Parts: sequence; C-alpha cells; structure tokens
Amino acid sequence: MANVIRRQTPAARLGRGLLYGVLILAALFYILPLVVMLMTSVKPLSEISAGSLLSFPQNPTLAPWTKAWGEACTGMRCEGVGGYFWNSFAIVIPAVLISTTIGALNGYALTKWRFKGSELVFALMLFGCFIPFQVMLLPMAQTLGWLGISSSRAGLILVHVVFGIAFTTLFFRNFYVGIPNELVSAAKLDGAGFFRIFWRIILPISAPIIVVSVIWQFTQIWNDFLFGVAFSAHNTQPVTVALNNLVNTSTGVREYNVDMAAAMIAALPTLVVYVLAGKYFVRGLTAGSVKG
Amino acid sequence: MAALEIHNVRKEFGNERVLKDVSISIDSGEFLILVGPSGCGKSTLMNAIAGLEPVTSGNIYIDGEDVTWRTPADRDIAMVFQSYALYPSMTVRQNISFGLEMRKVPKPEREAAVERVADLLQITHLLERKPAQLSGGQRQRVAMGRALAREPKVYLFDEPLSNLDAKLRVDMRTEIKKLHQRLGTTIVYVTHDQVEAMTLADCIAVMRDGHILQLGTPDEVYNNPVDMFVAGFMGSPSMNFIRATLEDNNGGYQLRIATPGEEELVLPWPEARIAPDMAERLNQPVILGLRPEHFSEEDERLTSQAEGTLLSTNVAVVEPTGADILLRLPLGEQEVTARVGPKCAVAAGERLALRVDMGRAILFDAKTEQRIA
Repeated sequence: MANVIRRQTPAARLGRGLLYGVLILAALFYILPLVVMLMTSVKPLSEISAGSLLSFPQNPTLAPWTKAWGEACTGMRCEGVGGYFWNSFAIVIPAVLISTTIGALNGYALTKWRFKGSELVFALMLFGCFIPFQVMLLPMAQTLGWLGISSSRAGLILVHVVFGIAFTTLFFRNFYVGIPNELVSAAKLDGAGFFRIFWRIILPISAPIIVVSVIWQFTQIWNDFLFGVAFSAHNTQPVTVALNNLVNTSTGVREYNVDMAAAMIAALPTLVVYVLAGKYFVRGLTAGSVKG
Repeated sequence: MAALEIHNVRKEFGNERVLKDVSISIDSGEFLILVGPSGCGKSTLMNAIAGLEPVTSGNIYIDGEDVTWRTPADRDIAMVFQSYALYPSMTVRQNISFGLEMRKVPKPEREAAVERVADLLQITHLLERKPAQLSGGQRQRVAMGRALAREPKVYLFDEPLSNLDAKLRVDMRTEIKKLHQRLGTTIVYVTHDQVEAMTLADCIAVMRDGHILQLGTPDEVYNNPVDMFVAGFMGSPSMNFIRATLEDNNGGYQLRIATPGEEELVLPWPEARIAPDMAERLNQPVILGLRPEHFSEEDERLTSQAEGTLLSTNVAVVEPTGADILLRLPLGEQEVTARVGPKCAVAAGERLALRVDMGRAILFDAKTEQRIA
C-alpha cells in the first residue's frame, strides 16, 4: 500500500496535513468519553467535586475500583459488582458456545443438505433477527415458568441461545453458501455422513466465521440488559443489571468515581475481546467478498 | 457382464424433464464418454450414476446389482470433480486416504495405497502439502489419486480437464488414456470437448436435451453420424452442411446445388451408397454433409474407391494451421471449409481445382435433420 504514486508539491503536503488533522481530531472526539471515565474512576471523590471533569487526577487511587468490585451497594446488598461479573461469564460462555454450534450446524444443513422448504426455513430464521426483544418478554417468561427454569442462569442461557441462533445461522449460512458443494459430494462418495463431513471437512475451514460469530454473540449477550433484568433473580443477575442497580442506589453522596470504575469493569471483557480479535472479526465478515 | 447398466432413467425437476429415458450399458474396462453441449443432461446423468441426485424413474445397475436407491458411499464408485474438490484443511496424503479411512481400512493398508497411487501419478513429493500449495495440474493429479486409492468398480470423471490450460490439458489427456490402458478400469467421463471424446473413448454417447442421440465407437460417431447434430458436434472444424436438391440421374441420383450465377453445380451420388429412402425424396431439398477433409487438391490420392468429383472454385480465405491449411471457399450460395495439405500454394482470390470425396459424404433430410444415406 505504501507504493502509491503521489506528487509531492507543497499544496499536496498541506492538504495531507489538513486531512490528518481532521482525522486526529475525530479520533480524539471519539476516545474522549472513555478517557474521562478512566480518569474519573481513579480520582478520589474530593477531587471530583472540586475539579473539572477534564482535569488530570492529582492523587490517583485504585480505591474506587476495589469498592466497585467488592463493597459498593447494588440495591439492598453491598457486595460490589464482582460476583455479578462472574455471573455474566457463567451465562455468556455457555450461551455463546451453544448458539454458535447450533448456528454452524444450521448453516451447514441449510446450504449443503438442502431439503424441500429449506429456503423458507432460512427466511423464517432470518425473520428472527428483526423481532424486537420486548415483544418476546411475556411469552418467554411464561415459557421459562413452564420449563421450571425462571430466574435461573439456565433460563437466561436458553433465552440468549434462542435469540442468538437467528444471527449465528445467518452468519454461517452465508459463509457456507460460498463453499463449493462438490466438496460435500466428494466426501459423500468417500463414505462420510452428515456429522463426519461437518466435523472433518467443513468445520476446519470455518475459523473466520466462527470468530465472527463468537465475537458478535459475546458482545451481544454480555451487553444485554433487558433479558438480564427481566429473567434473573438477585443471585443470577448479569453485571449490566448490577451496574444499573449500583448507579441507581442513592444513599448520601453520589460516588461518581465508583460508578465509573464499575462501568469500566462491566465494559472491560467486550473491549478486550474486540482489541484481541477485532481484526479477525473484520477479516471474517469480509471473507469471500474478495477472492483470496 | 455389464459393469454399468443404465436402464430407462428419467429425471425431472418439477415440470422440466432433464433426462428422458436414457439407457446405456458398458462392459468392465470400457471407457464411456458422455458428450454434448451444456445443459444436455450429461452432468445430471453423471450425478445420477454417482447417487448424488435421485432419479425420477428407471434403474441403475453396477456389476449386476441394482444400486438405484443406494447412497453414494454404498455404490463402490469414485468421482473426479471439475473443481477437484480437494479437502482444503487436509494434506495430500490425508486427502487420498480419507475415503479408505471412512471405509475403516486399517492404517498400514491405507499407507500402502497412498504410496501406490502417489507413485503411479508421480506426486510422492507433494504428499505433505495442502491443496492451496499446489498448481492446477498437481491438484488434478491428487484428485485422480483420491479416486484411484479406493479401487472402486466404476470411476466417474466430471469434466476433469476443463480447468487446465491448453498444453496441460493435452498432457493430462494422454496420461488418463495411459492410466486406463494400464489399469483396465471402467470409466464414465463427461466432457463438452469433442476432441477429448474422440481421443479417449472406447464408446461415445452424444447427448442433447436429455436424450442419447447416438451411442457408438468414436469411429462410428465420427464417420456415421445419425443426424446433423451429431455430425456437426463431432469434429473440428465441423462438418459443412450444404443445401441441395436430390435429382434423378439416369436411374442413379445426383445433387444439385443452387448457384447464384449461370454455372451448374451438380454432384453425382455414388451408386454404392444408394439408400432405399432416397427414391421418395426425389426433387426435394436435402442437406449434403461434407467434412473439411473430404475435399482434396486435384492431384492428391483419394481414400475411397469412388472417384472424387472435380470442382473448381475461388478461394475466399486461406488459414494455415501449420500441419495443414484450412480454406474457406464458396460452394453454390454457401461458404464451406476445406482442409488441404500444407504444401498447397494457393492465395485468397485464386481459383483452385478440388476433388470432393462423395464416397464419404453424408445425406440428411432437410426437415427432420435425420440421416438418409
């Protein structure tokens, strides 16, 4: 990419300088809220009430973080958000794994083992992507009650899997459409069956779309608030709900630094996932659009 | 016993009939080629033999056993695909042994089979590579190796050479022929390339619109085509079709070709080749089929016992190919292609005397396009 032919006139340099200037300003603008959050989360409370929002912390302290993690009050309990943080993991990990696995199998079946009406099935599943979650709250509560898993982690996992399948199926189906059917025909002639072909031939070449599905599902489920607040009990709440309770618990002075630290804790996993695997995400989404 | 027998097979997709009553039977060790233009049903027939597509009706027998409703895996066949369809995540070795592994062949035997076919196809040095690291020709070899490792009863080749460049295609064609001669395997091979069909086959099935128009040896299909389609499809440059009228010639027959000027153009039909159907077509339009090599320079020896008819015409275009020269020349109101020897020193616009070998000419009905004689 570096070998672009460009005329180096003074005007061109000026133009380029301006371009970079605008881009840097835009980047700063977008990073600012995160910076303010981070700075506020390490300031003592006195500094916040005295200083301005944008000033650098004079005496940085981790006390707000430890308080947010282990002591802050979320409603009636004062145990911080730490426990809920692990709650979130206990919900997200199984939900991501199950929805990705089912999505992969769906996508494989819908593209490589077409049956009468498979396009209709896919269209109906796609429809699931467009259903507003609020519509499903009451029927879902009813269903969880019948199944005897309301207010439990298993219940929340089920809800997330059900809603996630629409998206993961879409991802995998569109990826597998681009894989030649002859590959499956060859494996059939070689004597492999449905699951053997999936496991030995299809899955090993699905890495890009698995990354997309995992990141997407992880972010969606981790950031979910609505289902968390609707279908959990106090001991199965995800961290997003705990964060909300923490911020809304008003006893005495409002501790902005603790609020910010708790918000950072709640946002951290999705940030880490995106920083670590972001480029695979983009690569996986664009896979197939350009011939490699 | 027939290695492969296809009995009245039909295939319909909704209302569209893709295969209409196809029946073929080939013996063990025979090389059958299905040839035809795209959309003629040859690939569908191949998929039906492989068991990848169920047939609407009819039966398929392999080695005398009815396999019509068996899964592809239970038919004891192997297939080489046009796109090769190598498993991308596996090495060449794993690709070749996968079919054996699925059939629960013990590991030492699998290893031996891989070594055997790798040796046969000269791909031993590629065994640890992934398909992405191979060239087109190498992938082609691996795809064949995968089929050969299992030693099935019937091999299916679905346009295996169409993704290769011209030079490599000719090399691989020879190699497939050698392999077939050496191993004596039963092969069904689909192609739309009539040169491949002529060079490889023991038996050619020319297909069109879901029918088999003609089933025969390459020689039969080339020299005795049943209709104008087969005649025009096989051979390159293709057969010249000349509109003519069948006339009486003192008890015999002659063909009058319409000319724009005063000149008369009449070709006598050899007595030895008179067919009973010709009498009822007297004074009716017919189509005369002449291959480019049925023309020759005046002094050249003729291959058939019948004396060639002499005609003199202006050469329109001269196309030297190296091995011989193709001439485009007007014949009556049409233009035909003639193939003459490379020594023929003629330039465009010059007049040339040519002999027409009527002993090998073919006569078609102008309406039905079926062969008369």
